[in-house]
Amino acid sequence: MELSAKSQSGTESKTAWRLVKLLLSPFTAAGRTAISWVNNSGAAAIFLVLALVKTFWHKQLSKIIQQIYYIGASSTTIIVLVGFFTGMVLGLQSYHALVKLGAQGAIGTLVALSLVRELGPVLTAIMITARAGSAITAEIGVQRISEQIDALDTMRIDPMRYLISPRIVAAIISFPLLTALFDLIGIIGGYVSAVVLLGANAGTYLHRVQASLEMKDLTDGFIKAVVFAVIVSTVCCYQGYFAHMRQDSHGAKAVGLSTTSAVVLSCVLILVTDYIVTSLLL
Amino acid sequence: MDTPLIEFKNVTKRFGRRTILERVNLKIYEGEVTTIIGLSGGGKTVLLKHIIGLLKPDEGNILFRGKPLNGMSKREVDASLTQMSYMFQDNALFDSMTVYENIALPLRETTNLTKAEIDRRVMARIEQTELTDSARKFPSELSGGMQKRAALARALVIDPSIVLFDEPTSGQDPVRKNAILSMIAQYQRKFGFTAIVVSHEIPDVYFISNRILALYGHDIVFQGTPEELENFDHPFKDEVIHSLEGLQKELTGLHSKRQFKLQYHGQMKRRSLRETYCVAVFKLESLDAIIAGMGHESAQEAIQSMGVYIDKHFGAIGGFSTRRSINEFVTVLPYSELEEAEDMLEDFIKDFQEHGIREIWAGAREKAAPGTCVDFTILAGLAQGQPIAEIETIIASAESKQKEIGRLRCAAEE
Repeated sequence: MELSAKSQSGTESKTAWRLVKLLLSPFTAAGRTAISWVNNSGAAAIFLVLALVKTFWHKQLSKIIQQIYYIGASSTTIIVLVGFFTGMVLGLQSYHALVKLGAQGAIGTLVALSLVRELGPVLTAIMITARAGSAITAEIGVQRISEQIDALDTMRIDPMRYLISPRIVAAIISFPLLTALFDLIGIIGGYVSAVVLLGANAGTYLHRVQASLEMKDLTDGFIKAVVFAVIVSTVCCYQGYFAHMRQDSHGAKAVGLSTTSAVVLSCVLILVTDYIVTSLLL
Repeated sequence: MDTPLIEFKNVTKRFGRRTILERVNLKIYEGEVTTIIGLSGGGKTVLLKHIIGLLKPDEGNILFRGKPLNGMSKREVDASLTQMSYMFQDNALFDSMTVYENIALPLRETTNLTKAEIDRRVMARIEQTELTDSARKFPSELSGGMQKRAALARALVIDPSIVLFDEPTSGQDPVRKNAILSMIAQYQRKFGFTAIVVSHEIPDVYFISNRILALYGHDIVFQGTPEELENFDHPFKDEVIHSLEGLQKELTGLHSKRQFKLQYHGQMKRRSLRETYCVAVFKLESLDAIIAGMGHESAQEAIQSMGVYIDKHFGAIGGFSTRRSINEFVTVLPYSELEEAEDMLEDFIKDFQEHGIREIWAGAREKAAPGTCVDFTILAGLAQGQPIAEIETIIASAESKQKEIGRLRCAAEE
C-alpha cells in the first residue's frame, strides 16, 4: 500500500516536471539561440581582427589584387546592370509622382540622393553578396571539408593569412568603388528614363543632381559601403571557414547550408546595419 | 637504442565524451619506415595529426628528439614541425591550382627563394615523380595514382626529414596499392626521410616497413618489426590483423605469411621426423632497375604475374607458396625429396623459359610506356629440410643456392 502511494507520488512529480519543462522550452530554446549568437558574434569579431592583423605581410599584395579582381572587377557588369535599371525605375517612379505635384524639377534631387545615400551602398552590397559572397563561402567551405585548409596548416601556411585576410581587405577596397560606380550608373539610368524617354528637362535634371549632392552624402554612402564590406566578407569567410563545425549537417550539405546562411545573414545584417549607421550619421 | 625521433608519453585525446587515445606510449625512430595499423575509426589519423601538430593532446607529452613539445618555445616548435610533411588520405590538392602550382605553393609561401630556384626545385620533384607531362594540368584531370604522386611531390618539395602518410593506398586496386607502397619505400631510401605510414594494407605494407605500431582499443599494443609481429600473441591479431588479411587481396593472391605458416605447421604435424620436404626460393632481380625503367606499376604487375605463375605451377603438384619480401617468393614442396624437387624445378624452369617469363614481361608491359626497355632476371634456389628443422634455416639455405633460371632482354619486346 505504502509502496503504491510512493510510486504514485513519483509518477505525479515526473508529470509535473515534464509540464514545467514543456512550459520552459520556448525560453530554453531562445536562451540557447541567444548564447549561440553571442558566441558566434564574438568568434566572428576575433576572426575579423586576426584577419586584419595578418594583412600586413609582405606576400599579401598579389593575393589582395587577385581578390580585388574577383570581388571587384568581375562584379562590374552586374553592378552596372542593376545600377542602370535601379536609376531608370527611380526616374520613372519619381517622374510620375512629381509630375502630379508639378515638381518634375526635383527628379534629379530624388534620384541622386536616394542612390548616393541609400540604394547605392545597400544594393551594391546585396549584389556582391549574391555574386561573390556566396562563392567565397562555397570555395572556403569546400577547401575546409576536403582538408585543403588542414593541408595549409601542415605546410606551415597560415590559412587566415592566405585565405581570409586578402578577401576581407579586397572587399573593403572594392565595395566603395563599386558603390561609386553604382551611383554614377544609377544617375545615368534616371536621366535616360526621366529625360530621354519621358521628356523631363535635361538641364534641370543635371543641375539638381549637382546642386543637391553634398560631400557629406558621398562620405556617408562610402562609410556605409565600408561597413557592409566588413560585414559581408567576414560573414561569408567565417561561414565557409567553419562549415565543418555545423551541428546540423556534414560534408557537401554543410557547405550548401553555410552558403545559404552566409547570404541570408549578410543581407539581413546589411539592412539592419544600414538603419543603425543611417541613424548615427544623420 | 638511439633517442627516438618522436615519442608519445601517456598521450590522451578526447573529443567531447569520446576517448580516442588513452595513455598512448610509442616511439618512432629516425630514418625508418614506421607503419601504424589498426581498425578504421580507431584513432590512427588522430594520432598522426598529433605528430604534425594539427591536434594537441589533452593529457601526456609528445617528445621530439627527446624534448617535450609543450616545453619548447613557439620558435622551437615551429622549427620542429617545419621538418615534417603530411600526405593526406584524399591528397588535399588545391583543385583550382595546376600540379605545378600545388607543388610550388609551400616554397612560394614559406621561403624567400627566387622564382628561378623555386622553378628548379619544383621541376626536379615533378621529374622524380614522373609527372612532367601533367605539370600544367589540374588535379581533376589526373588519375588517382597521378594525384597521389602529385601529393607526394608537394610533400617532398620542402625536403622534409619526416613525411607522414595517411592511408596513402586507400581506394586503389592491388597493383596501384603496391605501386604506391613501393614508391614510398623507394623515395624513403632515395631521400632518407623518416616515413610514418597509416595503412590497412596487411600484409603488403609489411614489405616496406621497418617497424609496426598496432593501435587497438585507444592504445598502442605492439611496437616492433613485422617479424616480431608474427609472434605477437594478443587479441589484436585475431580482431584486426586476421580480419584485415581476410579483407585485403594480397597483390599476388598467394597465402599471407601467417596462412603459409599455418599450412606449413599443419603439414609438418602429420609427418614423421625422418621424412623430408623441399623449399624453393624465387627472386625477381634488380627491382629498382625495373622501377626506374618501367615505373612502379609495371614492377608490381611483374611481381604479381610471377607470384601467379609460381602458384599455378607448384599449386597443381601440392606445393604452397607465399611472398617473402617485396620481390621474393617461397614455395614449400611438402612431399618431395631433393632429387624429385630438382626434377620439378627443372620442369618449372623449362616451362618458365618458354612461357612464364614472357607472361611476366607481358604483365609489366601493360603498364609501361611504349619503348621502355629493361632486363628481367629470375633467380631460384632449392633446399631440403626435415620437420624438425626451422623453416627459416631451410629458406636461408635455398636462398644461398639461388642461380639464374631465366632472363629476358629488351629484344623480346616485340
